This record gives sequence, structure tokens and C-alpha cells, in this order.
Amino acid sequence: MKMNENEKFRYALFLGCVIPNRYPMIERSIRDVFDELGAEILEMPGAACCPAPGVFRAFHIPTWLVIAARNISIAEEQEASPLTGCNGCYGTLRDAWCDLEENPKEKKEINEYLSKIGRKYTGNYEPKHVVQALYLDMGLDYIRDFIKYQFKDLKVAVHYGCHIVKPSDKRPWGGQYECPTFLDELVELTGAKSIPYKDKYMCCGAGGAVRTAVKEVAADFTREKLTNMREAGVDVIIDCCPFCHLQLDLGQLEVNSIYKDMIGEPFSIPVVYITQLLGVAMGMDPNRLGLIKNHELSGVSPFTSIQPFLDIVKDQLI
Amino acid sequence: MSENVEKYIKRKVFRGTSDKISSKFVDAGLEKIRSCINCGTCTGGCPAGRRTAYRTRVAIRKALRGDESVLDDVDIWMCSTCYYCYERCPRNIPVTDMIIKLRNIAVEEGKILDNHLVLADKVFYTTCHGVPANQPDQEKWRDLRESYGLPPLPPTVHSYPEAVEECHKLMELTGFRKLLDHANEVKAKQKEAQEKQSEEK
Repeated sequence: MKMNENEKFRYALFLGCVIPNRYPMIERSIRDVFDELGAEILEMPGAACCPAPGVFRAFHIPTWLVIAARNISIAEEQEASPLTGCNGCYGTLRDAWCDLEENPKEKKEINEYLSKIGRKYTGNYEPKHVVQALYLDMGLDYIRDFIKYQFKDLKVAVHYGCHIVKPSDKRPWGGQYECPTFLDELVELTGAKSIPYKDKYMCCGAGGAVRTAVKEVAADFTREKLTNMREAGVDVIIDCCPFCHLQLDLGQLEVNSIYKDMIGEPFSIPVVYITQLLGVAMGMDPNRLGLIKNHELSGVSPFTSIQPFLDIVKDQLI
Repeated sequence: MSENVEKYIKRKVFRGTSDKISSKFVDAGLEKIRSCINCGTCTGGCPAGRRTAYRTRVAIRKALRGDESVLDDVDIWMCSTCYYCYERCPRNIPVTDMIIKLRNIAVEEGKILDNHLVLADKVFYTTCHGVPANQPDQEKWRDLRESYGLPPLPPTVHSYPEAVEECHKLMELTGFRKLLDHANEVKAKQKEAQEKQSEEK
């Protein structure tokens, strides 16, 4: 399969925090799906928190920028674009990259800091999101060749999150931010149907330090999203950000308890990451996609059962 | 925006930045705040404003007027940085960036929520991860990683102690350590004053 093209699918995996430390099933699925798609994934040894764009940037912009530049410089050592599966990390790496490329004076100052630890930032490699690599680098046609099974009837609530599309002047989607379709198109490669729902592009509520500040406020965003998704009659939520994923997964329990008087029936919508969905349609072993629980641990993710999704996979794909 | 309009805005509104907030905005290259016409488009599209007392327009207006009470408003921490205000502003003001800058100015004065200070100092500064997995009480997360065939700790700062030192050095150089120490001092003083007050009662 187009092996000659694979050389360009070479990325340094920027893990961030939530993916490796709370949702390792997402890390599993990104690594294995990219491998299956013929991409080369390199490590970024010693990478730190991105740092989170709404939290740590809100505390001290210079610190945010220099740690971000250090992270990017680790990918540069591998001569590859940093690849992140997180909208927050994407926001930081991409915004920092854009800011530094636009501002040579700032770039010089940052490099003065980095020289103190023997590092250098060049800005030669564009930070990319997993979805950007799938949609823009590989493209729908390339991925379609790997799809072995099609869902017959799977209704999906696609959740983009914010920082994958905004700020649009620092993103690769041609300035589009109100109603993007790239994630829906990837989802529908699997035969699943992306169901329109009210305020589909709204924030999950977790970002911008809000979840840490007042969990109830973050959960109220999530309550609104979940209510709209349920009204549209969806089977599963597909997202592309681990922090949204956490907010929609663990957040369902919080909404069910904090807003139990407002929501009627408690929510129990499975939350699945985009590479996990693509992987099952590619015929990959669900174990390689982090979809099979293989432990007796309690109080770990996923907090909302994904069994209804696995049942659909079993009914329709196997 | 045409060059003429840009010039007009510059001439009309860039003057008189004597107060603390607006001069810091100018220093940060965010002087565009001065072209705000207070139309409220930012507030209209704000999902945080739908459920909290946070009003983007009010925060920006206060910042513009140099009303420092905005730094004490917990409201400015309700913005989830969804960037709708940034995208939709008819005057092309990077509104979300303004809110982030406003938070920076507040933190400089030790005006930071307790949860955020713990996150900044005890979590982010200490581990260099915003959400770590290497603490003694986080064994379940390491076990969870292993259950998916991954090493218990990721190949990040968690596996490279020298990388943590690198980050600490950078955070020392940027003044972040000092900023946190200052915030801790402010918090301690506030706590002391509160205790004294309740004793007196």
C-alpha cells in the first residue's frame, strides 16, 4: 500500500499529560493505528507538560512559551513534527510555534533561555494534531484503503473541542472555525453516521482552568452538551482530545450527581477516541486500541462504560 | 482592516496608558484592546457567560478603564478559552488573549485561586506534568498503563529526572519560581489576617 509515501508520515509523538497519565488507552490506539497506517512514530524523551494553554499560560506567559519551545525542540532533534492527540497540547505547541515564527525578537529571547540548558529552538517543524495528520497529511482516500469493515447503523455525536480549530488564524483549516467537517468526514469513513445536534461545536467546559477552578461550572457546560447529544439520539461520542474525553467521560458521573434534578435519566453515553473508532473499522484487534479492559483496578478510566459501543462493534463488524 | 483605519485607531486610542493594566497590555503588544467599542459580541457568544456572572465585555471594559477591581473578580477565571470571542470580534481584538493577559497581571499580584496555586506549584512546577502519574498515591494509573502494554511511566519528564531539572532551570530564569513564591507569601499573609480577624471576633 503506497509504501513509497510513508517516508513523509514521520512524527515525534508528543504525549502531553492526560493521554499517558489518565487515558493510556488513547496512547495505545494512536501508536497502533499510526503504525497500521504505515506512519513512523518517534519518541520525545524528556518532554514535559505542553504547558496547558488555558491554565499555565494564564499564570505566566513567558514560562508557558519557553517550556513549549523546549518541547518543540525535542521533536526538532528527531527531525520530525511534534504530533499530539490533545487539543490543549495542540493549542500550546501550535500557538507558541506561530507566535515565535511571527516574532523574531521573541524567538531570540527564548533561545537565550534555552541555550542555558543546551537546547535550541528552530521552528522548522510544524506542530501537528493527530486529526491533522490523518486528514491533511494522509487524507481520506489514503485511509479509506485501510478500512475493512463498515458500521451499518452507528449514530455518532462528533465533538471537536475548541483548540483544534481555534484560534483559526493559527490553525491549518483555511480559517474555518464555525462549522468544520473534517472530523465528521473521518468518522463517516467507518460507515458511522455523524448526527447533527444543538450547539455541536460548543466547548466541553474543562479548559481554561475552569475545571480546576469550579468543577460545577465545567460540569454545567458538559450537562448542556450531553443533553443536546441525547436529544439527537446518539449511540456514542467521538472526540479528538483527551481533556474533552475526560470531561465527557468522568464528567458524565459528575453531571449525573451534581445536576441529577435537572437531567432526568442519568447519562451513560460511551466516549470513544477517533483512532479507536478508525482502528475497529480497520479490523484491528480491540486490544491494540485500548478498548478491552484487562485489569481489576477500580477508580480508573473509562468512567462511563463503553460496553454499549463494543456490543455494536460485535453486532455490526464481527 | 485598511491601513487608514489602523492608523486612525492608533492615533485615537493608543494615547494615555498611564494606568497599570493598559500599560501592561501595551507592553505585551495587546494595545488593540483600545479599539474595543464595547459591542458585546464577545459576551453574546460566550458559553461561560451563559451560566456564570462572567461577562467578557465587562472584563474588557474594566481593563480598558484601568479599573483594577477586575483583577479580583473570580469571573475572569470562568473563561474556558473556547476562543469564540476572539473569532467573532468585529474589531479583530484577540479577546481571549486579553483575558489570559489579565489573569497574568492578577497572578503577578498573588491573586490566584487556591486550587490553581496548588496546581501550578505542587503539581506542574514539582513534576513538570499538569497531570502526573509518578506520585506515591498514583499507582493505579501506572498499573492501568501496564494493562495496555505500555511502560508504567511514559517516556516524558517522568522517565528523565534530568529533564525535570532542565525545566526547573527554565522556570527559574523566567521568574516563575519567584512568582509562585510571591503568591504563596500573599496567600499566607491573607490566611494569617483572616485567622486574626476570626480570633478577634
